[in-house]
Amino acid sequence: MTRKQRRLTMIGGSLAVLAVAAGLVLNAMRDSIVFFSTPSMAAEKHIPAGKRFRLGGLVQPGSLVRGDNLAVSFSVADGSAMLPVAYKGILPDLFREGQGVIAEGALDASGVFKADTVLAKHDETYMPKDVADALKKQGHWKDDYGAKTSASAPTQGASK
Amino acid sequence: MIAEAGHYALVLALALALIQSTVPIAGARWNDVALMNVARSTALAQLLFVAFSFTALVMLHVTSDFSVVNVFENSHSMKPLIYKITGVWGNHEGSMLLWVSILALFGGLVAAFGNNLPLSLRAHVLAVQAWIASAFYLFILVTSNPFLRIANPPIEGRDLNPVLQDIGLAVHPPMLYLGYVGFSISFSFAVAALIEGRIDAAWARWVRPWTLVAWIFLTLGIAMGSYWAYYELGWGGWWFWDPVENASLMPWLAGTALLHSAVVMEKRNALKVWTILLSILTFSLSLLGTFLVRSGVLTSVHAFATDPTRGVFILLILCLFIGGGLSLYAWRASALKQGGLFAPISREGALVLNNLFLTTACATVFIGTLYPLALEVLTNDKISVGAPFFNLTFGPLFVPLMLAMPFGPLLAWKRGDLLGAAQRLTAAGIAALIIVAVVWAWTYGGSTFAPLAIGLAIFVISGAVSDLAERLALFRGPFAVSMQRARGLPRASWGTAFAHAGVGIALIGIVCETTWNSEYIGSMKPDAVAKLAGYELKLDGVTQRQGPNFREMIAQFTVSLDGKTLSVMTPSKRNFTTRGSSTTEAALLTRGASQLYISLGDTTAEGALAVRIYHKPLVLLIWWGPVLMAFGGMLSLSDRRLRVGAPKPAKASRALQAAE
Repeated sequence: MTRKQRRLTMIGGSLAVLAVAAGLVLNAMRDSIVFFSTPSMAAEKHIPAGKRFRLGGLVQPGSLVRGDNLAVSFSVADGSAMLPVAYKGILPDLFREGQGVIAEGALDASGVFKADTVLAKHDETYMPKDVADALKKQGHWKDDYGAKTSASAPTQGASK
Repeated sequence: MIAEAGHYALVLALALALIQSTVPIAGARWNDVALMNVARSTALAQLLFVAFSFTALVMLHVTSDFSVVNVFENSHSMKPLIYKITGVWGNHEGSMLLWVSILALFGGLVAAFGNNLPLSLRAHVLAVQAWIASAFYLFILVTSNPFLRIANPPIEGRDLNPVLQDIGLAVHPPMLYLGYVGFSISFSFAVAALIEGRIDAAWARWVRPWTLVAWIFLTLGIAMGSYWAYYELGWGGWWFWDPVENASLMPWLAGTALLHSAVVMEKRNALKVWTILLSILTFSLSLLGTFLVRSGVLTSVHAFATDPTRGVFILLILCLFIGGGLSLYAWRASALKQGGLFAPISREGALVLNNLFLTTACATVFIGTLYPLALEVLTNDKISVGAPFFNLTFGPLFVPLMLAMPFGPLLAWKRGDLLGAAQRLTAAGIAALIIVAVVWAWTYGGSTFAPLAIGLAIFVISGAVSDLAERLALFRGPFAVSMQRARGLPRASWGTAFAHAGVGIALIGIVCETTWNSEYIGSMKPDAVAKLAGYELKLDGVTQRQGPNFREMIAQFTVSLDGKTLSVMTPSKRNFTTRGSSTTEAALLTRGASQLYISLGDTTAEGALAVRIYHKPLVLLIWWGPVLMAFGGMLSLSDRRLRVGAPKPAKASRALQAAE
């Protein structure tokens, strides 16, 4: 086999693998990328039931209800809209009412967000970055959230 | 005083690095031996000063000198001594100091043990090391000085983030940095080779051990980090495809590819240009990892830096070294001579295939990690690319890689015999098929994917075993002959077999844990019993305890199997008063390679305790695999051929005389 043929074989093989990889990436991008929404964005966009997304906002004070066997429900609000969330499992250590939270899951037929993962941040002054940015954009940002924000705290989450 | 001395030592180290980055190059240009030798002494002196600076910071933390901002923000006088020491690198400034210390350590090692290198190559390598070092010293001194004082020293510190107060912090970051920064050596060698325009098999022989050292540490560092996350974060996950984890996985994938292509270069003097490119890319990915973690562009478990000037500074370093390295490559690579010929079906061909899949897999991780950032910068859309993306891209690329893996070592150099290799793998293939059938029958009706994946893993493991058996001529001749062959077999061949088997073992662990993991989540009152995977776990009661800098709520569980009491497990929840935060300390019970895992949630109003219990079958194999890989790497490193290095002509002639 000459040098030229060898090179052609190698280049052909590489291109084939790269093409397969590109196909895989594009396919995965279509199906498994999760978008972030606040409750008002979710209402505007009419996200269909069963489509996974990340819901971010503040836990509405007074909305947390603990049911039987670790079932919990609470509402996530962003100042203009509110979305009920149902979750079963242990909430992160510093999940609090009035604090920022990110839940991952999908809406069910009745419009309740069924979360299978709930992320909160460890620090009491913390607000998840996505939530803070979204609230800022909508003008619901209060500066005192950010003043003491310390990123030294890790994300803590819970998932089923 | 200690703080000022440490700061001053760091400035001196910068000055030395600046000398080291210029004078030896001039020496190499003018062929001046004295100037080239400057590299050696400055590299050693630089190591001395950085070590002094690092020791100074450790001493400040140990003596709890709260007049230093770094100590005040990350330490507490009541903190146990071990966490006072590990807390040194549990924050941005300290971990950057550890980074440059390790960089100086590697530079010092090249200076101390590089006596058999050609003088000009050593001068160039150390000069390139010094460029990197200078950039990072400047970064520390300008944006993240760990020795800053506070005008009015407070009495007590703010304590270290509780999640980091764990033995994992003592091991994980230093290991990871030894790996990350270790790849700077292969980068420096590559750049030096491009500057000199000369590269040969001897070059690969010098680069390979350094790459191997870095790779061993990175492998162990990633495995350690994964195990730490598993037991510390309290939800039993061991890999989250978090950007920070990906940041360490990318250099590992590229480094693994580099390790294999360096073999081709050493043995067959081929793939030179590609090996050089991989060396540059591997360290570039290490720098990218440093940037992602240190700049705070990610909101993630590990990102402590919030100051944007730091991010911009590291981004500049990143562009300078990656851009510079790649431009130099584009400019000079064509000057390098082409290497030996080989057929596509050959050992070289197999290693090229390995490189192709590893780098492609690395590219998919790269896209998955950086695409959300790019999208957010460009369109302000926020997306999260999680595990499903990586499972759909990274997974399929690893399947052909693992299928091909047992064939590689069985093929001959230059021109291999695929049919012959397949014949010698018949036993491994049959073993794999039997296992697939057994597992499929045993878990009938369950996942179809899991038995196939376990079969693949068995194929890889038994392929490694049959490779060894082939080399030892086991079962084909007298046993004594095989033993003799075993002694004579190069350690590198043993290393290959162990490392490859390690991949298979890790895969078994991953598949078993993800497929047959069972969990119990519920609230339990004292004397309540939870049943999981045949085990009975009874909650005996809850007690309170005062730790050195936290209060702890400990739950005690009695674990029994078939009515026999096995052990007592005590998961707890710690409350750290200084930071007002709590951590969950999971309790683990190891049964063979499987584990029972309990972590606690909140206490409800009625006095019931939220509990999360997992049974994780064969989960420990996930980490034993990488440990075995690292062990294989160490065996290969101890190979005589790597230690000896290329003999100089003069020495060789003297050795001949002695023999007469």
